[in-house]
Amino acid sequence: MLVLRGVSKSYGSGDIAVHALRDVDLSVERGDFVAIMGASGSGKSTLMNLVGCLDTPTTGRYLLDGIDVGGLDDFQLAYVRNRKIGFVFQSFNLIPRTSTLRNVELPLIYARVPKEERRERALAAIEAVGLADRTHFLPSELSGGQQQRAAIARAIVTEPAIVLADEPTGNLDTVSSHEVLQIFSRLNVAGRTIVMITHEAEIAEYAKRVVHLVDGRVDSDRRTTALAAMPPKFEPGDVSRSVTA
Amino acid sequence: MSITEAVRIAFQGVVSNRLRSLLTMLGITIGVAAVIILVAVGNGSAVAVQQRIEALGTNVVAIQPGGFGFGRGSGGFQSSFTQLTMKDDKALQDPTAAPDIKSVTPVVNGSVTATFGAASYSPSQFVGTTPSYEEARKSPVEAGTFITPDEESTHARVVVLGTTVVSNLFGSEDPLGQTIKLNGIGFTVVGVQAPKGTNGIQDQDDIVIAPLTAAQDLITGVTTGLSQIIVEAKSSHQVNAAEAEATSILTPTHSSNGSANFRVLNQASLLQTTASTNHVFTVLLAAVAAISLLVGGIGVMNIMLVTVTERTREIGIRKAIGARRADILGQFLTEAALLSVFGGLLGVVAGLVGSRFKIVGVQPVVETYSVLLALAVGVAVGLFFGIYPANRAASLRPIEALRYE
Repeated sequence: MLVLRGVSKSYGSGDIAVHALRDVDLSVERGDFVAIMGASGSGKSTLMNLVGCLDTPTTGRYLLDGIDVGGLDDFQLAYVRNRKIGFVFQSFNLIPRTSTLRNVELPLIYARVPKEERRERALAAIEAVGLADRTHFLPSELSGGQQQRAAIARAIVTEPAIVLADEPTGNLDTVSSHEVLQIFSRLNVAGRTIVMITHEAEIAEYAKRVVHLVDGRVDSDRRTTALAAMPPKFEPGDVSRSVTA
Repeated sequence: MSITEAVRIAFQGVVSNRLRSLLTMLGITIGVAAVIILVAVGNGSAVAVQQRIEALGTNVVAIQPGGFGFGRGSGGFQSSFTQLTMKDDKALQDPTAAPDIKSVTPVVNGSVTATFGAASYSPSQFVGTTPSYEEARKSPVEAGTFITPDEESTHARVVVLGTTVVSNLFGSEDPLGQTIKLNGIGFTVVGVQAPKGTNGIQDQDDIVIAPLTAAQDLITGVTTGLSQIIVEAKSSHQVNAAEAEATSILTPTHSSNGSANFRVLNQASLLQTTASTNHVFTVLLAAVAAISLLVGGIGVMNIMLVTVTERTREIGIRKAIGARRADILGQFLTEAALLSVFGGLLGVVAGLVGSRFKIVGVQPVVETYSVLLALAVGVAVGLFFGIYPANRAASLRPIEALRYE
């Protein structure tokens, strides 16, 4: 699904060059739920940008769903971001003054999906994160947890190969954090591949595999739960009720 | 992204900051309205001048004694100065030599003082002429009759008065049938000329018209010489031909050293000169207005740059979820286009409303081409100045845009 081979990223050049990532090898299989941990400055944001096709590696190869991302131009990168990756950001990053529905529809608009199908798929994604009763609300009318759930709906609406979450609970209280992580667990149960960046150990506990970055290198890579198994903290039962509560 | 989606997203951008959008549009609005109104004013003044000149009669050519630089010298009249006489008048009325001439009207001018009872007044024009003057000079009477051929041949002491003279001598009294004294000699008022207003130089209603014969009797010393001969062509197309015929008829008898010592004034050429002057005036006004349109365009650019900076993060989000360069470019260009189209349409409305009022005494006449041109240029200017900010937005790198606070 996702293969990084000998990936390095440095900013600047010569003596003042900053090596954010050094020779990282990482592969993520379909259906995995990976937490990438590290202190600030460990290179996890850089890794996130590379995996999310927002940036290209200085050296090394990156294969996403069989596509070599290194050789793509701007236009093709936009296509890959649109179809293969679903972003969830720490600060939600919903478009302001735009309803939940319009926000969730946006990736499909850029994918030129016809109007009817677009609406149908957007409503289904909103339903999946338990926000059906907030469809026409503006971001400013939603709580933090609800905004993040709308952002998750937007990330999954294109049915991407991986959902990429950067500190998704960083701006949320514990209850909302738990709800959001339950949604990720449930998406994973449904077959989605999830890569989540966090610096909190208890958040990482929701994942099946934890990768530690230190100074731009992979320090440890530990599988806590079998790939085929349920996510460790998944709470079966009617999740939609628990998240809308 | 389809056009409707692009417009929808851009529209949201425009309405999300109403006041700012409105102020931006105002720049284009004022520019477009200024072009429409100023062109209309220039055009209106051209139309007004044209109407005044046409009122003088455009089919006529006036022949006056004296050549350019020849007829007059420091010691009074020189030998080259000849008078126009009734003989010339007769010569011009020759259907074979002058087929394009419809009528020939001799005119003598003089100065008189008119009195009626205790009222005394000196009109700026005293004209002695023949009945064809009414038609050639487009001076119909409003009440009574013009001078008749009979009165002309019998040296009848009758006058037709302009309205300015009437109000100065008679006030509100009816002048018809009354007798006024011109330089002490009694004349009966037979008609009042319909008001003609000013021709831009003088009040055309400040006039006393008498039969040529009676006027020559009155003004001593001008027994045979005419001040002017008015030649009327059969149609406006034949004016130049009539002018040429009159010149060739008069040249043999009125020339010295091979150059004619009379001059011919053609109303049509005067009209052309005025029209071209007015055209320059209109173009100048339009140029001033175009500058304000340009300023409006710069306003659009300014605001679009602010908008792009302000929405850097939003652009980053859009790019992260798959917006292409062209999508972002389209979004901001559409926004600039919306601002300038709405601004332009408002400008058209403002321009049309503004043109209904008199501006510095001129009733503006709106030209369709100026409305379309102003709108098109307004929109084009807005779009042109939208290109740079939109391109800047589209070129933002997604990670940097996302990091922007």
